[in-house]
Amino acid sequence: MSAPPAAPPAAWGDRVLPRLFVSRVATMCLVELQKLRHDRSELVTRAIQPALWLLVFGETFTRLRVIPTGSLPYLDYLAPGILAQSALFVSIFYGIQIIWERDAGVLSKLLVTPTPRAALVAGKAFAAGVRAVLQALVVLVLSALLGVGLTANPLRLLTVLLVVVVGSAFFCCLSITIAGLVLTRERLMGIGQAITMPLFFASNALYPVQLMPGWLQVINHVNPLSYEVDALRGLLIGTPATLPLDLAVLVGAAALGVGVAAALLPRLAR
Amino acid sequence: MNAVSCTGVRHSFGRTVAVDDLDLEVAPGEVFGLLGPNGAGKTTTIRMITTLLPAPPGAIRVFGTDVAREKLAVRRLVGYVPQQLSADATLTGRENVALFARLFDVPRAARAEQVGSVLDAVGLLEVADRQAATYSGGMIRRLELAQALVSTPRLLVLDEPTIGLDPIARAGVWERIGQVRADTGMTVLVTTHHMAEAEQNCDRIALMHRGRITAIGSPAELRAEVGEHASLEDVFRARTGGDLTEDTSKGIRDVRATRRTARRLG
Ligand SMILES: Nc1ncnc2c1ncn2[C@@H]1O[C@H](COP(=O)(O)OP(=O)(O)O)[C@@H](O)[C@H]1O
Ligand SMILES: [Mg+2]
Repeated sequence: MSAPPAAPPAAWGDRVLPRLFVSRVATMCLVELQKLRHDRSELVTRAIQPALWLLVFGETFTRLRVIPTGSLPYLDYLAPGILAQSALFVSIFYGIQIIWERDAGVLSKLLVTPTPRAALVAGKAFAAGVRAVLQALVVLVLSALLGVGLTANPLRLLTVLLVVVVGSAFFCCLSITIAGLVLTRERLMGIGQAITMPLFFASNALYPVQLMPGWLQVINHVNPLSYEVDALRGLLIGTPATLPLDLAVLVGAAALGVGVAAALLPRLAR
Repeated sequence: MNAVSCTGVRHSFGRTVAVDDLDLEVAPGEVFGLLGPNGAGKTTTIRMITTLLPAPPGAIRVFGTDVAREKLAVRRLVGYVPQQLSADATLTGRENVALFARLFDVPRAARAEQVGSVLDAVGLLEVADRQAATYSGGMIRRLELAQALVSTPRLLVLDEPTIGLDPIARAGVWERIGQVRADTGMTVLVTTHHMAEAEQNCDRIALMHRGRITAIGSPAELRAEVGEHASLEDVFRARTGGDLTEDTSKGIRDVRATRRTARRLG
């Protein structure tokens, strides 16, 4: 601290935009890991719900055989859907953290760092992805323990994590967008709860699309969660999937989400 | 070149005019105090200078850089401590500071040392690896000071740095600010509604009332205008007809914000 007034060394500021972006995203992900290290209980409490779905819903409907999944046991069909569901739950409520940070003044401080708004949002989105990936790993282990025939191909498993990250990034941005619109934690909680179940039920997470009534099939087609589940199911269980389309939709949705959420961020700064 | 220059700055929230035609010049290396009662517009002014609220092009410059046109460049020059106590309670002190070192692109090779050195400068090195949730209000404030200093900013902006602290913690915070200033010659822009604090710690003071600046000068100059034995309180009353303890804000926002912070740190 004994150095004279000091402009920071010029090299500190000379990062070009893409590098700045990557650096900020990495920083926010690192902080997320640090937070998780200090509070591991959340990983456990959040594992209860998917465990119940797999155990109760999955096992029961596998025996009842009311949902036609061909030669595939229903539990195997369900597992990727539950994986997507628990990732969705993590990210859809992530906007609450932003509102909290705003109310506590932390967001103001983040906004006065040399970080473009979009990089801040992308950082938060991928941080949610990190959290979701850890949750997904828990569900994967649970599924394996229950005897679900998961792939052992490392490349496929890596792609699974990538799909979870990108999907969660989108839902996190959706959450930040809603936060930017409603501005209070209570309202965000309400809307989050109101849209999570419809997103889940209007997707292919629980049952094949062909079983849905026509109007639900239409919703299913614009529901990013369905593309996430399709990709996960294809990768993990080996069902026929349109992986390139799924990835394209998820990446596109996430990019759009970052843009929209970043545009709304100044509302949170007022 | 001035550290900060504002010309004809205005800001309204709906029909509330928070800052009204404000002119201000802060010289490099000085500790400049914005003094005024609750609701005077101090925070709004600070938030415009720090790019948090929009300003029209040309109205506000920080070391010559236009706040409206070159936001990222301005943010690199500024270390900011907002009015609320705001550290991430789930992270340790060190992690809180390291986060800001990364966000300001302090190079990896220098990072750990820089983080340690600012934590040392604010007297938190010993408790650096404890979660911030365990810190007292005064310690959180000093942690925030470390966060703001880790990028070696040229301008340190502190919004009511001693609000809500007990007298000992308040003295502790001012002592650190004074030390940083003595060591680095950094420019400090600080707001307060404590007369005595402003008088003791600031080189120059602007009296602010209802969005306007009513007088600027050193504490001695301001007193001399009113009379030999005048206190700054007298100066304020003479200049504005108002009182430093009055509250011209709606008041709801701050109460809510303080409560949230308390819960978060709880
Ligand atoms: N976000 C906001 N929305 C509406 N009014 C605001 C907002 N922030 C401040 N104000 C109003 O602007 C005026 C100045 O507030 P502020 O700058 O916080 O004053 P100070 O920091 O001097 O206490 C007050 O009347 C306050 O109620
Ligand atoms: Mg204020």
